[in-house]
Amino acid sequence: MPTVIVEVMPKEVLLDPAGKATARALQRFGDGEITDVRIGKRFEITLNTPATPELLAHIADLARDVLSNQVIEDVTSIRVAE
Amino acid sequence: MTELVLDTVENAAATPDKHQPFELLGLKADEYAQIREILGRRPTSGELAMYSVMWSEHCSYKSSKVHLRQFGQKVSDDMKKHLMVGMGENAGVVDIGEGWAVTFKIESHNHPSYIEPFQGAATGVGGIVRDIISMGARPVAVMDALRFGAIDHEDTNRVVGGVVSGISFYGNCLGLPNIGGETWFDSVYQANPLVNALAVGALRHEDLHLANAKGVGNRVVLFGARTGGDGIGGASILASDTFAEGGPTKRPAVQVGDPFAEKVLIECCLELFQADCVEGIQDLGAAGISCATSELASNGDGGMHIVLDNVLLRDPTLTAEEILMSESQERMMAVVKPEKLDAFMAVINKWDVEASDLGQVTDTGRLIIEWHGQTIVDVDPRTVAVDGPVYNRPMSYPTWLDALQADTASALPRATDGTGLREQFLTLIGSPNEADTDWITNQYDYYVMGNTALHTPDGAGMIRIDEESGLGVALATDANGRYCQLDPYVGAQLALVESYRNVATSGATPMAVSDCLNFGSPENPEVMWQFAQSVEGLADGCLELGIPVTGGNVSFYNQTGDVPIHPTPVVAVMGSIDNVARRLPSGWQDEGENLYLLGVTREELDGSSWAGSVHNHLGGTPPIVDFDAEKSLAGLLSAAAYEGIVTSAIDLSTGGLIKAVADGVLRFGVGARIWINELMQRDGIDETAALFSESSARVIVSVDRTDDVKFRGLCEGRNVPVLRIGVTDNGGAGLEVQDLFTVTVDELSATHRATLPKHFGPVVGG
Amino acid sequence: MRVGVITFPGSLDDRDALRAVRLAGAEPVALWHDSHDLQGVDALIIPGGFSYGDYLRCGAIAAHSPIMAEVVAAANKGLPVLGICNGFQILVESHLLDGGLIRNDHGTFIRRDQKLRVENVDTAWTNRYELGQEITIPLKNGEGGFIADEETLKRLEGDGLVAFRYVDVNPNGSLNDIAGLRNARGNVVGLMPHPEHAVEAGFGPDAERMQSGTDGLAMFVSVLTDTVLSK
Repeated sequence: MPTVIVEVMPKEVLLDPAGKATARALQRFGDGEITDVRIGKRFEITLNTPATPELLAHIADLARDVLSNQVIEDVTSIRVAE
Repeated sequence: MTELVLDTVENAAATPDKHQPFELLGLKADEYAQIREILGRRPTSGELAMYSVMWSEHCSYKSSKVHLRQFGQKVSDDMKKHLMVGMGENAGVVDIGEGWAVTFKIESHNHPSYIEPFQGAATGVGGIVRDIISMGARPVAVMDALRFGAIDHEDTNRVVGGVVSGISFYGNCLGLPNIGGETWFDSVYQANPLVNALAVGALRHEDLHLANAKGVGNRVVLFGARTGGDGIGGASILASDTFAEGGPTKRPAVQVGDPFAEKVLIECCLELFQADCVEGIQDLGAAGISCATSELASNGDGGMHIVLDNVLLRDPTLTAEEILMSESQERMMAVVKPEKLDAFMAVINKWDVEASDLGQVTDTGRLIIEWHGQTIVDVDPRTVAVDGPVYNRPMSYPTWLDALQADTASALPRATDGTGLREQFLTLIGSPNEADTDWITNQYDYYVMGNTALHTPDGAGMIRIDEESGLGVALATDANGRYCQLDPYVGAQLALVESYRNVATSGATPMAVSDCLNFGSPENPEVMWQFAQSVEGLADGCLELGIPVTGGNVSFYNQTGDVPIHPTPVVAVMGSIDNVARRLPSGWQDEGENLYLLGVTREELDGSSWAGSVHNHLGGTPPIVDFDAEKSLAGLLSAAAYEGIVTSAIDLSTGGLIKAVADGVLRFGVGARIWINELMQRDGIDETAALFSESSARVIVSVDRTDDVKFRGLCEGRNVPVLRIGVTDNGGAGLEVQDLFTVTVDELSATHRATLPKHFGPVVGG
Repeated sequence: MRVGVITFPGSLDDRDALRAVRLAGAEPVALWHDSHDLQGVDALIIPGGFSYGDYLRCGAIAAHSPIMAEVVAAANKGLPVLGICNGFQILVESHLLDGGLIRNDHGTFIRRDQKLRVENVDTAWTNRYELGQEITIPLKNGEGGFIADEETLKRLEGDGLVAFRYVDVNPNGSLNDIAGLRNARGNVVGLMPHPEHAVEAGFGPDAERMQSGTDGLAMFVSVLTDTVLSK
């Protein structure tokens, strides 16, 4: 049963408040090595059929239309897990 | 594309013929020509960016200015008595006594809330709260007036869910109680929801701050969040275009709000004020740095010199023009005396906020902005911020209006017996605009700060300002787009008197008004006529009531394709009460009290909730407005609350008498038995009008029997028509209209509460 | 008696907690997250809000703030500590209390007047209640769903460490209707609902009269008359 992994990230140009706050927290524990954190989402989608190109295209559509909000987020990766 | 040659002032003077994309920035050819004339050369690209955003409808009020002047003109000396700051500043400030002042304002964030409902609504709350902080006040509450498309339309769920959770997320994270508001559903708002957010803040008189840059040599400091590419051009492009045709390519990047950063900014600003570190302050909203620098300079000593390279960036690739236009949220600009800069930075550092010293105040009359060591902006700031274009747009009486007004509700079939009236009543209270809004308001925190004295579903929200004395303020927002469609002059006045009455029913004395005027395109002469009528109606009404307009905003271009929304002037009225312990809720808590109807009922069903929910009809002319009656009523309520001789008061508005009685029953679950025969006889109306008419200047109050004589005396003394119409009754009967019908509390509650959950999902705990 | 209230960036109900301490008859002391100084308080409260925006996990970043190192040390020596809402989340992230708090099962923020049952009165913060007493105090959170693995849950129940349980309505999907916990010693208590918003008649939940509910006050009074613990 293949698993398709979809990753969604906030658009680069937009503010990522959660990432910013987390970066600040991490910076307290270091010597300034950490400059930025961005927080995205990872979806693991389990299939009961092989991940055909058609099905992956369908999932790409879903990722664009449902899993992400294209106004503020980008789908950065869609891949089949090993 | 990045320009290889920086477009400096020098360069602009040397290359007069360079083509500039002014149309894409929303400027008209004659406006562009005007800029060239002001400067005596072509603008640099940075100057063009500034002028384009500042001369947009959103920032310049170019179509509305000529009408809005009435709010400043139709004012008596008495109305100015308590006004510490009037229109034109970030928000008006009203003296409420005991050394306290209150600032409040309502503002729209409509277009962004359709594109990205969650962030659009969230940043709407953020923006209005920063307006309040920049007056030197601690924000103490928020409210919201919302308009959505038809409740059963496929897109409504997306917009409602996003907007409500956006307001909930941002307001709750800021720790500001959400104490009220209103929600309407109507297909005219389908592709153009209205999100109007109100914030109110309190300050001691001596803490008042203004947005001006005074004191040559004082530093200009930008602080708060870093500047990124958020909503570049949003101010002008979003507000001067519709997006029905455009599709994604026309949609500019939205802004993302960070309520945590804003909460820190609130506390940081208040500490800066406390430490007396700030001479002048301005929040950054639409048009960002362009707006803040030009407005601060215009309102101060007239000049400012800024080094744009000092702006802290989130995205280092931003061009100077983009930095000038960026609408990144949670930023403020302060004017600080050089010797206080260290103290200023100490507070900034305590709150872990970033700040950068951008430059200084001058008296040269010029706003000069440097970038990479060269001058890219050299303008008279007043030409950017104050003396923008002013249009006297053509107006025309709508071609369709006479026919609409002729189509009255008089021909609509009426129920003739109890069963029929009961059925209509239940249809009405379950209709989307009358139904319970717990699904929305349960997502808002009204407890935080511990000073909330009244909140949804009471007709007004009330906040205690002084914990020792109990001094407080009450606020209500109202608008009825259906009435305004029938008659924008009267409709706007009806919104005003309803809001005024809602504040009065809480026991407070109305003091001031803020309005958010939502209309279609000003380039449509019929819309412009509606706008002018509404403004005139409001200004005349405020003069009659003796309460000034202290600020607000105008939102144009609310339409889908060619179809404008109903004119929707949302009116917020603020009142004060010397002790919130004397407040009146919108419902009775005890049985055996008398219910009195104050005011006169006329046959006024045109545009009513009954016509809309039972008959799907909109036509005729709205109810008449009687300012003297409203004033007498408000005076009576205030006196009765002060003397403690009424136990609750409910305003009659949409849905009429029966809806108000239902509200009174539902507030605490205590039933009521009413009779309408005497009312029908006295006012010469039938059952339908008695129950559903929406005549203004009416209120129901509950009065303990021991206070009966006193209360009637008060009504007589103040010449307010009064009629005993029922008693409160916890005997289990629920709501009984004698000789006509009875509805149990459970059925009433179930019908009232079912509608929103049916469309949007269950309410936690039922 | 001096009771401290810690303010983190993003704390919201800190002023309310300070007011509740005052109304209970103690001296409120404002403490700051970035300090290691507990100012010698006799008890302390970690208030509600969204510390650091609650962006990583609720309470996670606050749990690593300078003052929390002192709070953990003091709590382990018996200092009474009350965590309310975000404060409960911080206590959990600091491992002073067990389990975790996740997004409400219905997915949205919820504000309601919530009925609770007091399940344990042998703590610094609940000794003024009757065992089994039902109280109504406001609840307002987006991430109040209590979770723990089966073993932990069994231990919490077996050792009587559940301090409060939701009654009638479980507003967030919390396991075993758990609304609040105590530690084994009884000095540390955390709960999602807000007792500090039910301490002043006129500004609390509806009770016999409108907004007259003051069921939360006993929590702040408990610590003043704490006979359960010797400090």
